[in-house]
Amino acid sequence: MESIAAREADIIEEFSFLEDWMEKYEHIIALGKELAPMSESNKVDDNKIKGCQSQVWVHARETEEGIHFEADSDAIITRGMVALLLRVVQGQSPKDIAQYDFGFLDQIGLTAHLSPSRANGLLSMVKQIRLYGVAFQAKRG
Amino acid sequence: MLDQTVYESLLNPRTKVVAFNHISNALGTINPVKEMAAKAHAVGAAVVVDGAQALPHAVVDVQDLDVDFYSGSAHKMYGPTGIGLLYGKTEWLEKLPPYQGGGEMIQEVDVTSSTYAGLPHKFEAGTPNIEAVIAWGAALTWMQQVGVANIQAHEEELLAYGTALLEAIPGVKIYGTAPQKAAVLSFNVAGLHPYDVGTLLDQMGIAVRTGQHCTQPIMDGFGVPGTIRASLAAYTTKEDLDQLARALERAIAVLA
Repeated sequence: MESIAAREADIIEEFSFLEDWMEKYEHIIALGKELAPMSESNKVDDNKIKGCQSQVWVHARETEEGIHFEADSDAIITRGMVALLLRVVQGQSPKDIAQYDFGFLDQIGLTAHLSPSRANGLLSMVKQIRLYGVAFQAKRG
Repeated sequence: MLDQTVYESLLNPRTKVVAFNHISNALGTINPVKEMAAKAHAVGAAVVVDGAQALPHAVVDVQDLDVDFYSGSAHKMYGPTGIGLLYGKTEWLEKLPPYQGGGEMIQEVDVTSSTYAGLPHKFEAGTPNIEAVIAWGAALTWMQQVGVANIQAHEEELLAYGTALLEAIPGVKIYGTAPQKAAVLSFNVAGLHPYDVGTLLDQMGIAVRTGQHCTQPIMDGFGVPGTIRASLAAYTTKEDLDQLARALERAIAVLA
């Protein structure tokens, strides 16, 4: 499996070809369309992330390969944002996810979208993903 | 507007206070305040009206409306943030006790009793927000110089222009189509989430609000997660609305 660092490098390179914000958004929208569907049974309030204008759900379960995430949103840009985050953490170990700072967001110019006042809930999604890492790490003991 | 049949059914001699908004922030709908106030007074209820959206957009005469209380917000009226107003009929203000203690609101202080200052000081405890009062005064002077009736006429023209522009774009649905309506365009595009559309409009330099506008019951009533809302004001131009329409068409193309 590719490391977090290798996956980050891929994304940073991908975004380096995008000229302006509209192109970045078009790419994020495309990622949202490609995100694997989430099972309806996991689209429950317990998996819903607070602080978003759109509805967004993130669910995680532990597998032998690492943590497997599922996510969805009713807004396509939010769906694309969460797809981007999951690309890096999908299948990684609880420990790596718990410690991960999502540094690539800064390098692709998305940090401005991380401020708590932004309605997209990106910060809440990041926190929730890390929380899953912490929780599964604690479970392993 | 607010359903008058339902409104009347809620009024009875046990009704103490009736509170409603003059103009809906989510839809722009103008409610018939004067008629509603008369009906509430007929059962002996006090009438409290939220005029935050009306004061910037319409000529308001609280005496003619005959409401007991009327509130407004400076930052909706080209003024500073953090300051608002509450108009109250003298008889009510004299009847009500102070809600907060502090300097300026007291008249005589005795060991066992105190008396309070007269109106409006009774309700203005402590050091007021002096700078904001002065700044708001300047904003209000400007509004009066331009003329609220002129602002209203300008906005009505823009509303008709903007409504026609948006309705010409396939898939656009406008929420709030009351004949008596203030200058706000609340809309959605079929199949698209308002947040997505708003995000792209923002990228193109168009300032709109998206979301539920703190009116979840209205949004639930329409069965939508929210709307995109363009608010028009004295400084809005037809060119701004042309830009909105062009940007909206581009956003739809990107999201479709």
